Amino acid sequence: MRPDVAIGELSERAMLPSEHPVCLIDENGRPQPDRRYALPSAEQLVAGYRGMVIGRRINDQCSALVRQGRLAVYPSSHGQEACQLASVLALGDEDWLFPTYRDTIAVMARGVDLLETMVLLRGTWHSGYDPTKYRVAPQATPLATQLLHAVGVAHAATLQGQKTVVLALCGDGATSEGDFHEALNFAAVFNAPVVFLVQNNQYAISVPLHRQTKAPSLAHKAIGYGMPGVRVDGNDFAALQAVVTEAISSARAGQGPTLVEAHTYRIEAHTNADDAARYRDQSEVTEWIPKDPLIRMKTYLTDAGLLDSDLQKLIEHEANEQAAVLRHGLNKDVELDPAVLFEHVYSVPTPQLREQAALLADELEREDAQ
Amino acid sequence: MTMVDSATHSVSGISASVPETLSMAQAINRALGDAMQEDERVLMFGEDVGALGGVFRITDGLTERFGDKRCFDTPLAESGIVGMAVGMAMNGMRPVVEMQFDAFAYPAFEQVVSHVAKMANRTQGAVRLPIVIRIPYGGGIGGVEHHCDSSEAYYAHTPGLTVVAPATPSDAYGLMREAIAFPDPVVFLEPKKLYWSKESVDLTAPVPPIGRAVVRRAGTDATLICYGTSVPVALEAAEAAESEGRSLQVVDMRSITPFDDETVCAAVESTGRAVVIAEASGFASVASEISARISERCFHSLASPVKRVTGFDIPFAPPKLERYHLPSVNRILDAVDDLQWED
Ligand SMILES: Cc1ncc(C[n+]2csc(CCOP(=O)(O)OP(=O)(O)O)c2C)c(N)n1
Ligand SMILES: [Mg+2]
Repeated sequence: MRPDVAIGELSERAMLPSEHPVCLIDENGRPQPDRRYALPSAEQLVAGYRGMVIGRRINDQCSALVRQGRLAVYPSSHGQEACQLASVLALGDEDWLFPTYRDTIAVMARGVDLLETMVLLRGTWHSGYDPTKYRVAPQATPLATQLLHAVGVAHAATLQGQKTVVLALCGDGATSEGDFHEALNFAAVFNAPVVFLVQNNQYAISVPLHRQTKAPSLAHKAIGYGMPGVRVDGNDFAALQAVVTEAISSARAGQGPTLVEAHTYRIEAHTNADDAARYRDQSEVTEWIPKDPLIRMKTYLTDAGLLDSDLQKLIEHEANEQAAVLRHGLNKDVELDPAVLFEHVYSVPTPQLREQAALLADELEREDAQ
Repeated sequence: MTMVDSATHSVSGISASVPETLSMAQAINRALGDAMQEDERVLMFGEDVGALGGVFRITDGLTERFGDKRCFDTPLAESGIVGMAVGMAMNGMRPVVEMQFDAFAYPAFEQVVSHVAKMANRTQGAVRLPIVIRIPYGGGIGGVEHHCDSSEAYYAHTPGLTVVAPATPSDAYGLMREAIAFPDPVVFLEPKKLYWSKESVDLTAPVPPIGRAVVRRAGTDATLICYGTSVPVALEAAEAAESEGRSLQVVDMRSITPFDDETVCAAVESTGRAVVIAEASGFASVASEISARISERCFHSLASPVKRVTGFDIPFAPPKLERYHLPSVNRILDAVDDLQWED
């Protein structure tokens, strides 16, 4: 919260990000004092760790399932699990999440059924869950477009007196799209209860961050729109949880949007279809391995007496179970009825669509008869 | 560049007349390289076209060969890419830009329809924009949503845009060279499912110019009219029909705008029957335009109404269902069967 400033009167200083990303647990697992942010509770940290271990297992399971031909594509968030979990665990039931194609783990952590989540990447439909049931928008592929929808949901919440806050995710590359800028501007002008979390994993496919921006950081963009920008260590679950939680309460309290930039790294290629060796040195990846969000959390929790080998085993068991659910579910071939193609294009199918549905049905009948 | 990596480059670096087997992707890459070699005003830019060589590797090696001032990555913004191309063209350059996938060209729509297409007209010809907008388009690759659109109708409907869609490596090379040298903006639709299709190509052999259709297969009973992604399906259908005793002619449009009424009409008049085939949704589509033109111009030669076989009027199907959505050989043969053969 920023009790020192009234709405619309954030001082310039309050909008500028700190010089260094906020970090509460460093890469060696040691707690770092911070003047502004307190360490989340032990319970929150354990929940985050549990979620990250499961998330990592699912990320790697999905990458394997692509290789086995069970998924059309998988953009992995391996190495970005802290962002995936913190973004979701900071949300209340009444809040909304706007994820991208890379945020499968965040979607699952929000409680969406594993197999419903995988519908898009499995290629059986464009989205497999009911967004209104989970308050999770369909995973967006056209970059930055979902950010404006997030602002819309948030502003509608304000107009209708709801206490809803919206968390919108995007990548570093997406901050170059016009829609990113329009969304931030709208959010600030309407004082919308929305938090933008940019997962800056340093790459947009092959293009490094310095080709996206000349700004000192992505969080610096916030001041241009009149909202605070915060930089945070994107591999530090504790810092992310603290920063995102504060931004969400601030939005809920009517103090408007925040732009959070999480510094992290895309450990794997953009997707299975990408060949990262063409544009980055493996040594760069190797440098990031020790900064892994899971390792530091494990060290911290173990040192703090919050994690022992029994709990570790329990969490790993749970991760394996979820991976098995996914594996079994995705290894089953689904029978799809092509008639669904014509449903939900319009509330009432046009006469032309009904004709086309009949044409396809007739084709299939003849195919069956052969 | 000297003759180091392959016998297909002459000493100047320009492709020489040695027939070689090339995929469409390689042919387009060659066209870009040759054009950049010949004319230093030609530039290539977009998303991931530098070090990566494009997600389909169409710009592979261009940055290495010409430097990153001639082939470069931009910030990730399609409107920015096309908008900047307009300015560069106004100041003497010949930009070729890549939209990464069909549906990711939509953020640039404003620049394309309001500026790229209209500049010459607004300025009474004082400013012409020699821009090529390359767009990998269409389905058939098992892509998830937003990666398989056939968006040609939006562009073809916009006066001022020249719209081409090659179906063979030779045409891809020849049409790209012409598009880059063209005085007006060209939307160059690259059928991504054909990127890996190969053929023996003599890159120096001229291909018919933009604005001309070609007869890809001779036939006497009915004419199949197609372009880009639908050409190989039409040819396959013609092959299948032959074994059933029906002789189908196949016309590959190649160029949607300008449209070659002459070749299409001559072809349809020779058979008296026509089926138009395209992957895009049929309603208010390029296939509709072709069908209307045939009906208007060839009415007295027609033994049957013109039929269309197109994608359904639905958002492009998810990977597991796309085969039902795409025009298939059987659907084409069904349409041919419906061409009133009895009378
Ligand atoms: C409007 C638009 N243009 C291009 C693309 C193709 N594309 C998909 S992901 C991607 C890179 C995005 O990078 P970033 O925003 O950093 O997210 P990351 O993939 O690193 O998570 C691109 C160019 C797209 N999906 N949408
Ligand atoms: Mg990125």
